[in-house]
Amino acid sequence: MAFEIRILPGSAAPIFRQIVDQVRLAATTGQLRSGEQLPSVRALAERLLINPNTVARAYSELASDGVIESQPGRGAFVSASRQIYTRPERLRRIEPLVNALITEGLSLGFAVEELTDAIRARAAQVRGKQS
Amino acid sequence: MNDQSIIQTFGLTRYFGGKCALDQVSFMVPRGCVFAMLGRNGSGKSTLIQMLTGLIEPTRGRAEIFGVDSSKLTPAVRGRIGYVPEGHPLPGFLRVRDLHAFQKSFYSTWNDKLFRAIIDHFSLGLTQRAGQLSRGQRAGLALALAMAPQPELLVMDDPSLGLDPVARRTLLEAMILNTRGSGNTTFFTSHELADVERVADHVAILDRSALRVCCSLETLRQRVKRLVITLNGTAPAELPHIPGLLQATRHGAELSLIVANITDDARRAIAGLSPNITEAPLTLEDAAIGYLSDRRQTFSLLDAVHTDAEAT
Repeated sequence: MAFEIRILPGSAAPIFRQIVDQVRLAATTGQLRSGEQLPSVRALAERLLINPNTVARAYSELASDGVIESQPGRGAFVSASRQIYTRPERLRRIEPLVNALITEGLSLGFAVEELTDAIRARAAQVRGKQS
Repeated sequence: MNDQSIIQTFGLTRYFGGKCALDQVSFMVPRGCVFAMLGRNGSGKSTLIQMLTGLIEPTRGRAEIFGVDSSKLTPAVRGRIGYVPEGHPLPGFLRVRDLHAFQKSFYSTWNDKLFRAIIDHFSLGLTQRAGQLSRGQRAGLALALAMAPQPELLVMDDPSLGLDPVARRTLLEAMILNTRGSGNTTFFTSHELADVERVADHVAILDRSALRVCCSLETLRQRVKRLVITLNGTAPAELPHIPGLLQATRHGAELSLIVANITDDARRAIAGLSPNITEAPLTLEDAAIGYLSDRRQTFSLLDAVHTDAEAT
């Protein structure tokens, strides 16, 4: 299925953050391939019915994080290399997700080994999609 | 005015008899933004708009649009402003095409294509009489009449009031469309926070005649925090003084505080309540309601809720 950004006003995450997170995830899982073009700021704003400044804000954060590259006059493209964070920064970013997995997993009665197995199985699937 | 401001007010104040409707409101609307004014009914939003557009005079202070005093707007300056009044009043005996011809005659910048596109979108026919239109259609017609002259400033007083979801969506489309012209500015009042979050980049909050907030939407979200405190043992009968506290709500042992511009003093006061504090996600609605609700007035509610919780 083609990649489609969906936003939900009224949630705790600001709209620009929702866009950033979805594009980042799609680029990581291979749903968006490197070199693929994103819609223009204006086009995406009109499709999502949001202020163009919100889209511009999201794109500029994605560009400064190295997820996309803006080429003046041509548009925004998914970057080839995405490794721009230091290791401590990357650890800091996954920490809340790890915490959530452990809390939820243990409270549902899974053993840690079962959780790591689930991670491996899912990662294999995601990798399979990317290649 | 400086080059960047389209609207600017200086201590704008209005009394109706002895009653203060607007109290020393000073703010600025930058060029090219979509500016949403929030506030409860009766907070002074419409009075503000009527003074901005020169329909009523301020008791004290003044307002400027395009650098011109609002009480001295010339027809040429008015021609640069599109105005959609509250409730979309239109003379009911006139047909759409008559209103179109009448309004068009005042403007050299009239865009007929835009007018047709908007009335088509709201499913309006040229021969329909304004008095026979549905609320959504009337809103569409008022919008088309205000937008077709391609104003540099579009002022709308609660445009989404009473609209069904489809008409509301069309209104949003029109507002986004209006941002296509670079430098176009929109100033509107609304209670629809989901719409405000979509289209606005600046927001102000009027509360009981006074301006409480005026900043970018993003700044508002960063400024207002929600802290959830798990109280252990007995709850305090009264909350300590917490600078910037907007709202305190208690559910059982959980106390939720909405605080603006949190300071070290505020953090210290909160830390004294319990060591168990987490920062919770906050929606735009939470932030706005924090400013608009009356609950911060009194904390005797704490006692009331506390007693209830014990009784059950």
